[in-house]
Amino acid sequence: MLDQIEKIEADASAELRKITSLEELEAWRIRYLGRKSQLINILRSISGVPIEERKLVGSRANQLKNKLESDYSENKSRLEISATRSLEKQLIDVTLPGEPYQIGRLHPTTRTIKEICDIFISMGFQIAEGPDVEWEYYNFEALNMPSEHPARDAFATLWVDYKTPTGARPMLMRTHTSPVQIRTMEKNKPPIRIIAPGRVYRYEATDATHEWMFSQVEGLAVDRNVTMADLKGTLFEFVRRLFGKDRKCRFRCDYFPFVEPGVEIAVDCFMCGGSGCRLCGNSGWIEILGAGMVHPEVLRICGIDPDMYSGFAFGMGVERIPILRYGIDDIRHFYANDLRFLKQF
Amino acid sequence: MRVPLSWLKEYVDIDIPVVELAHKLTLAGLEVSDMQIMGGSWDRVFVAKILAVNPHPNADRLRLATVDLGDRQMTVVCGAPNLVVGDKVAFAMVGAKLIDGHTGKLEELKPAKIRGIVSEGMICSEKELGISDSHEGILVLDPKYEIGRPLADCLSDVVFEIEVTPNRADCLSVTGIAREIAALTGKNFKMPDLSYSEADEPVETKASVEILAPDSCHRYCATVIEGVKIGPSPKWMQDRLAVCGMRPISNIVDVTNYVMLELGQPLHSFDYKQIRGNKIIVRHAVEGETMYTLDETERKFSADILLIADAERPVAVAGIMGGLSSEVREYTTSILLESANFNQAIIHRGALNLKLSSEASARFEKGLNPELSLVAAKRATKLIAELAGGRVARGIIDVYPGRTEQKTVHIKAGDVKRLTGMDIRIERVEECMSALGFIYEKTGDETICVKRPWWRSDINCTADLVEEVARVTGYENIPTSMLSSSLPTGEGNRLPAFRQNLRESMVSLGFQEIITYPLTSIETLKKTSYSGELAVENPLRLENPMSRELEFLRTNIRMGVLSVMARNQRNREYNIRLFEIGKAFIPRQRDLPKENEVLCALIDSVVPQICWQTKAKVNDFYSAKGMVEALLARYGLCAEYKPSEDMSLNPSKCADILIDKVKIGVVGEVHPRVMANFDIEEPVFLFEIDLERLFSFSSKMIVYKPPSRYPGVIRDLALLVNEDIKYDSLLAIFKKFDLISEVRLFDLYVGEQIPAGKKSMAFRLTYQSYDHTLKDEEIEGVQKQILEVLYKETGAVLRS
Repeated sequence: MLDQIEKIEADASAELRKITSLEELEAWRIRYLGRKSQLINILRSISGVPIEERKLVGSRANQLKNKLESDYSENKSRLEISATRSLEKQLIDVTLPGEPYQIGRLHPTTRTIKEICDIFISMGFQIAEGPDVEWEYYNFEALNMPSEHPARDAFATLWVDYKTPTGARPMLMRTHTSPVQIRTMEKNKPPIRIIAPGRVYRYEATDATHEWMFSQVEGLAVDRNVTMADLKGTLFEFVRRLFGKDRKCRFRCDYFPFVEPGVEIAVDCFMCGGSGCRLCGNSGWIEILGAGMVHPEVLRICGIDPDMYSGFAFGMGVERIPILRYGIDDIRHFYANDLRFLKQF
Repeated sequence: MRVPLSWLKEYVDIDIPVVELAHKLTLAGLEVSDMQIMGGSWDRVFVAKILAVNPHPNADRLRLATVDLGDRQMTVVCGAPNLVVGDKVAFAMVGAKLIDGHTGKLEELKPAKIRGIVSEGMICSEKELGISDSHEGILVLDPKYEIGRPLADCLSDVVFEIEVTPNRADCLSVTGIAREIAALTGKNFKMPDLSYSEADEPVETKASVEILAPDSCHRYCATVIEGVKIGPSPKWMQDRLAVCGMRPISNIVDVTNYVMLELGQPLHSFDYKQIRGNKIIVRHAVEGETMYTLDETERKFSADILLIADAERPVAVAGIMGGLSSEVREYTTSILLESANFNQAIIHRGALNLKLSSEASARFEKGLNPELSLVAAKRATKLIAELAGGRVARGIIDVYPGRTEQKTVHIKAGDVKRLTGMDIRIERVEECMSALGFIYEKTGDETICVKRPWWRSDINCTADLVEEVARVTGYENIPTSMLSSSLPTGEGNRLPAFRQNLRESMVSLGFQEIITYPLTSIETLKKTSYSGELAVENPLRLENPMSRELEFLRTNIRMGVLSVMARNQRNREYNIRLFEIGKAFIPRQRDLPKENEVLCALIDSVVPQICWQTKAKVNDFYSAKGMVEALLARYGLCAEYKPSEDMSLNPSKCADILIDKVKIGVVGEVHPRVMANFDIEEPVFLFEIDLERLFSFSSKMIVYKPPSRYPGVIRDLALLVNEDIKYDSLLAIFKKFDLISEVRLFDLYVGEQIPAGKKSMAFRLTYQSYDHTLKDEEIEGVQKQILEVLYKETGAVLRS
């Protein structure tokens, strides 16, 4: 039996010398130290060995087991080091470009609309929509702008070539998103809280600061006891979330025929911070929102009792926001759809 | 509206800094968009008094003037003809910046030796100070100015540029703005002086007025002033007109313009002697009637134009422009002054119709109060009598068919609280009303009844008064709160959220979103069809298109996407994936068009080798279809594809996308002729999905299936199939076998080693059971059955 042990030792040593990889070493370990190996078998069957031989065989076998175990761990660390060394020699150029992956992007207008709507949605507003081609009634009359109203001059209108049997031409490209207010109030009873994004159209020659198609987001909240204080709080919070807490707000009286009292909200200029520059026309302020309390006449037209309910409405231009944020110098880029422009957002 | 501070100060005391005043006005609704300081650069220019004037020893036309500057005296050379001892003048010291008489540019004054005498300063003309173009003589100052004071302190003025909103026609006047300032600063407003003395003869003996169109002319006031002397108006009046952007003409015309700026009422002065029959008739034009207007243009009128006529002929276009024949000229001796009120719509349409707008028409269009007519008539008559002399006939002709009762509006303190959130007592409301000059009476403990003043046509309801209270109290004093009302019930419209999700899905598939115009030309619409026909007859047209390119409402959105593809290909972009979610406008009878929302996506074909590691690739129909499949998979949908026809697509590579037998869209290669129409050279692939239909399917409940706990087994199956057999029919057979959980066609081959008329299709099948681990024999059994059915139904055999 001792011979057998000597043979194991000789074989194991001879084999160990030829080992060059961790995989071979592992196979070697299983062969000589594994549960089914000869040496372990000997140790396991030591009780069957005659008593006089038992001590010698046992000690010799244990001695060999310790030797093989230490051989194993020595060789293991040696091989691990050399394996790492050889990996190091296979260093790749990590600066080579990665495999290109096609990514898409949202149009900057869409992104801005989403950003605006998300803020209002978090304040309990729901999205409402209306048609791009509208009746004059919704675009003007129901908004307290009968024909010949001087405020209509501010809306250069694109009229659709459509005649009623009486010869009237009441169809147009909506000039603002405010008709959605009327459509919403006609169909729903207070409480109402909606936000209405959409495209609007004006008869306008295009240049760096004018585009005949652009986007607006309209808002409306109607219920009992809705006040200008709510309007101010809601819109200041909106401005804070959209532009950051350091932006200053100006809340001033302005006129829109479908609200009374009327409000305009401006923020201090992005470029000069209020000292006056080209961007803000030297005023230090940039107008962001038109707003006000829904005109009692408008509520009445929509079948809502103005003595019982009140509401606020607001509207803002969308493209203006990325224009200010990114310093885009020409609004025509938005709908020219040049990928070299769109890919930047 | 441009308003000089000095003019405002005639009607209201202003003792706050101009910047603060501008801020107050802006917050209260009158936005001060610009402030111009007149004479602000007069550094080192002072008020001086001429002490002596002596001849220049070496020049006949020059003189030596000695001036007193208070702390010193100086002698300078001066060529002006109007040097008078004792006059106060503007004296510039060396270093002052003045306008050079020759170059017109601002130059620094340097010491100069003129004909042997050194001058250390200069007595200035208006031109040198930049006040006017006059350089005939030096500027003589008002004797009240203190010697030695900087000129800027005495002469400079601030001109406000004020944006007046359309509801505040009253603020298109200096007095209107002065009233606002009075209300906002707690000062009193002083009305301009309207008094003048009259001759004995009553005005009725001089002229008469008849209004034949009482709906169009609400009031007509007239005065007659005889024996006037036409000449230039005084300098102070000319200066004010010039600052406000009006050209001085003559004393009479200048007075009408001055009063228009002062009170807001447009006026017209006629040469009284040219008014035939001494009669003014306000009437609509007879169709085709003509007249020369002041700009020496012959105008032809339609019947909706309102005219001022005398007994025989038109003499003015009411509210828009006077007639040439009755114009006030240098030889005019008597004036008939008109101060009238016209219907704003009539003037608006008239100005549009004649393509003629004037300062007067712009004001009438905004709506003026008829009460103003009489006030302005008195004020202008007073100024004419003062500046041009003459006798004013006694009384005023005043025809007033549009008289209405004075409107009253009630307001309670609670109204202010209800609309603004400001807790205000009724006394504060009363203070605000008084500050604005509104007359009111208390009708209850907490209610007042306000009489609408004539200059404020915009006050019609309680909310209007609430705004007044808020403006006067200051918008900055309105508290802030968040909405406390209950949230709306109902789930609301879910389409917008779905649309946004769809956009994000497209982006995740590598598509760039674009947004194109909904207006186009008929030619562009035709380009999307290979037959050159319109897909939708009679697309909606605009009545007033901006150009032929933007004349029609699009009936599909692909034309925009195709154009954008072409444009970007020209910019050498590659691997382009574009999409738009937009509206197509389908005309309907007697209704707004149907706005069909569509997702349109387009990919190009050539993906060049742009990476050292990946190969170039060519997109084809199946690339586009794969994207459709991936997109639909995001909504748990799997569509059927049927060969189809589409006006823009290649009929051999085009399929309808169906879900539950309902067509939701189309996918295919763009027809070569359509490509050519859009100047696209390499094939492009398009898919379009109807948003509402997809939305209706996507919102269906997803049926959940637990994953199997037993392992799947994969088997490959290479089949030899007749070429005309469609993939679909093979798939249907596989799907009949419950144990098959997944089918993948991983190879499709036609060519060598395959008999003619056949194709080789290699499938990778996954077998899986929900209740046990599959054994080999079981799979073999099923596979055998599959092969039998395949053979029976399609003739497919195992490829050996």
